[in-house]
Amino acid sequence: MSIQYETVIGLEVHVELATKTKIFCGCSTAFGGAPNTHTCPVCTGMPGSLPVLNRQVVEYAAAVGLATNCTINQHCKFDRKNYFYPDNPQNYQISQLYEPICRNGYIEIDTASGTKKIGIHEIHMEEDAGKLIHDEWEDCSLVDFNRSGVPLIEIVSEPDMRNAEEVIAYLDKLRLIIQYLGASDCKLQEGSMRADVNLSVRPAGSDVLGTRTEMKNLNSFKAIARAIEGERERQIELLSMGRTVTQETRRWDDNKEASYAMRSKEDAQDYRYFPEPDLVPVVISDEWLASIKARQPELRTQKLIRYKKEFDIPDYDANIITSAKRMADIFEATTAICGKPKKVSNWLMVETMRLMKEHEMEADELTFSPENLAKLIQLTDEGTINSSVAKEVFTKIFLENTDPEQYVEEQGLKTVSDEGALKEVIRKVITDHPQSVADYRSGKEKALGFLVGQTMKAMKGKADPQAVNQILKGELA
Amino acid sequence: MDLMSLTALELGRKIKEGETTAVEAVEAAFAQIGKVDQTLNCYVTTDKDAALKDAEKIQKKIEAGELTGPLAGVPVAIKDNLCTEGMNTTCSSRILHNFKPTYTAEAVLNLKKAGAVILGKTNMDEFAMGSTTETSFYGPTKNPWNTEHVPGGSSGGSCAAVAAEECSYALGSDTGGSIRQPSSFCGVTGMKPTYGTVSRYGLIAYGSSLDQIGPVAKDVSDCAAILEAIASYDPKDSTSIRRKSYDFTSALTEDVKGLRIGIPRDYFGEGLNPEVKEHILEAAKTLEEKGAVLEEFDLSLVEYAIPAYYIIASAEASSNLARFDGVKYGYRAEQYEGLHNMYKKSRSEGFGPEVKRRIMLGSFVLSSGYYDAYYIKALKAKALIKQAFDRAFSKYDLILAPAAPTTAPRCGESLSDPIQMYLGDIYTVSVNLAGLPGMTVPCGRDKKGLPIGMQLISDCFQEHKIIRAAYTFEKTRTYERCPLVQTPDQKGAIKE
Repeated sequence: MSIQYETVIGLEVHVELATKTKIFCGCSTAFGGAPNTHTCPVCTGMPGSLPVLNRQVVEYAAAVGLATNCTINQHCKFDRKNYFYPDNPQNYQISQLYEPICRNGYIEIDTASGTKKIGIHEIHMEEDAGKLIHDEWEDCSLVDFNRSGVPLIEIVSEPDMRNAEEVIAYLDKLRLIIQYLGASDCKLQEGSMRADVNLSVRPAGSDVLGTRTEMKNLNSFKAIARAIEGERERQIELLSMGRTVTQETRRWDDNKEASYAMRSKEDAQDYRYFPEPDLVPVVISDEWLASIKARQPELRTQKLIRYKKEFDIPDYDANIITSAKRMADIFEATTAICGKPKKVSNWLMVETMRLMKEHEMEADELTFSPENLAKLIQLTDEGTINSSVAKEVFTKIFLENTDPEQYVEEQGLKTVSDEGALKEVIRKVITDHPQSVADYRSGKEKALGFLVGQTMKAMKGKADPQAVNQILKGELA
Repeated sequence: MDLMSLTALELGRKIKEGETTAVEAVEAAFAQIGKVDQTLNCYVTTDKDAALKDAEKIQKKIEAGELTGPLAGVPVAIKDNLCTEGMNTTCSSRILHNFKPTYTAEAVLNLKKAGAVILGKTNMDEFAMGSTTETSFYGPTKNPWNTEHVPGGSSGGSCAAVAAEECSYALGSDTGGSIRQPSSFCGVTGMKPTYGTVSRYGLIAYGSSLDQIGPVAKDVSDCAAILEAIASYDPKDSTSIRRKSYDFTSALTEDVKGLRIGIPRDYFGEGLNPEVKEHILEAAKTLEEKGAVLEEFDLSLVEYAIPAYYIIASAEASSNLARFDGVKYGYRAEQYEGLHNMYKKSRSEGFGPEVKRRIMLGSFVLSSGYYDAYYIKALKAKALIKQAFDRAFSKYDLILAPAAPTTAPRCGESLSDPIQMYLGDIYTVSVNLAGLPGMTVPCGRDKKGLPIGMQLISDCFQEHKIIRAAYTFEKTRTYERCPLVQTPDQKGAIKE
């Protein structure tokens, strides 16, 4: 009988913080500048330059810590991690080892098997490295220091996860919390959120941890799920063949759906950590901590409770709307203007979702303004436009944030409510389609639908289908 | 008028009063550099054209009444570990032989604001690691009092240049005595301020938690005025301290009445040259005669200072010097295969033996398995040493001590026995470990004619006490010019 194995997973998640300037200098953190344009003596490791800590980094890190139930270390310190690599201009990274800013937290995740607490061992602040660009043509490597010194937090979980579903749920929850805090946009593809997976297996029921590997280069939730499955199988196979797992760092190749060893524990570097002498300890006073706490925005759990109280929308809608901060923001702002939560929710749940899927967009890429959505709702409620026109107008709003009032006016999309004009068109339709008229009169109800359609077509959609229906029935009676 | 024999303040006054000009001062400095620097090798880099241009501009500003400070128009030499925009900054190392910084160190900027004219960059022990200015890639600096002897180090170039009148004053840096010890050997006055008083921004770090920039000059008044110019709270340096007052010159008073001076017995025992001891105790007596109250006491923990210092300084240095890798600036080996070989060869060829020794020592004490046994223990020793000083300063205003156990050793003697050389730092390193200010003031010469300096140490932020006592002491003697500069004909006596 084969042994049943349990998978044990812990994550190290790096999150790029959304500060305007770098962690230790005043350079911009903006993405995509020409190489080495967002640089200064500090972030290029010039001799004699010194780091000065960006306060906002501390505030974001503490905010994430508070939102993940961590203890905030009010006297934290930075350390130097020494290693040579050309993307690291000082050949040491300023990070936190001995006294990280946050410790002993947890978040709760929901999976098919219920709610589970995932422990957070620590959160620490550190600087990002630059980027190496290998020029195959010239056979040389170039360094771009624009990213050097961009602030990161590393969130280290306890080994509390047991499968890919839990890992994804954890990452999803973490991402949502951080997005709600505005501390980062957490985009895996763009690298503003990066997850390394520490995984080991052990016979089910054992409480001894097996030898773990660390998996890097995971750029999407799907890749993470595949890598976990792949690594679990690889380790089980090794163990069932009577071999051992080597403690090593492995790189996941998502195209090949396989990983390969980068470096083993034997050649693991000694980083020679020691306290950073160029920085003083970060003292987070009670007052400062209180002000960070006071500024904590409402997180999703709190929002859901409030939505239940304040708005008459189904739980299902509330869940989806709050699954992205941007969506919740649009919902609340639009509702505040028009006072019709259910209608706002419908637009978000149906048309917005459909268009996002169609254009492969994430909620944080939504650009339309609550004002324009509110105007659209107003226009339909007044009967100025009918629902099919409204959908067309919404597509414009969704893509270009068009002002619906202006657009309806310019395009002449207002519903024609002049009964005389409508009757004239209907009479022409009746004259032009004698066969359908005959069919209707002989009891074929379907024919009426055809005639309504022909009328709407002649009206270029600008008629109220209900009115058309009634008038047609009257004329044919 | 011999402009270079004047103190910085005297020269500044004469420029201000129109008796001479900043341009004439630069010309005089370069005349002296031309005369003696081939022998002494105080400078790594000089730039006469730039200095003259600066002097012209500054002279105009002085005449226009825009520059009124006491140092306006006075020429200065800068230790070569302080960044100067567009001017080579080498740390006397091959690895930075061609390095032109893109910015100027804050302390130097402060001097420029005060109207200083920069003559050039002074020689030093490579990356400030050494006590003799012999580990420089650009060759050793010689002691102007006797060229067969070293000037001390690591700010040997700055101190020798002041003694040899190749500048009116200079900036040095002091990590374990690098201003105070060569000041003693060269018969000049030098000061290491309280840690955090002068911004380290732009000082190429050796031991970040110990490094401090300070003045080297002919007398105490100059030192006080220079310190007043360079000290500032700098938000670019996180270890910079906002002091209540940046006034140091008002402490220039001839009054030590009631000043309590402690003389640590531990500093006057075995290892101290009897001649040095005699002169230091004589100087103490002079202060006593002027009204100071002397008392001997036991400082304790003195034997832990050197090991703690060399562990901490080397640990920090091993990391600080990692950035010199041949990738971004400075020396890169010509022949290499791949990245690691490039690192290895560039660093092997770019650093000298003393720097390599300290990088290895520092890397070792930070290695996993040794970190607690060495680095953490050294930090504990550092904290205890600070406590010992705290106890002393609860009883005394000042501590009076030698700056070095001997006068300047002969060239080539020290490097052959590094441990012996490290032990020579016994009276200076504790001050850095505790972050205290200290000053060396000339107090006599040995039988060979080599200068001896007395060191005055105070608690943090009490520089005014040091300045007061040093000034009072200085007034009891006359400044001794080294034979090299006294008469032109004596130049022949200098041995190469």
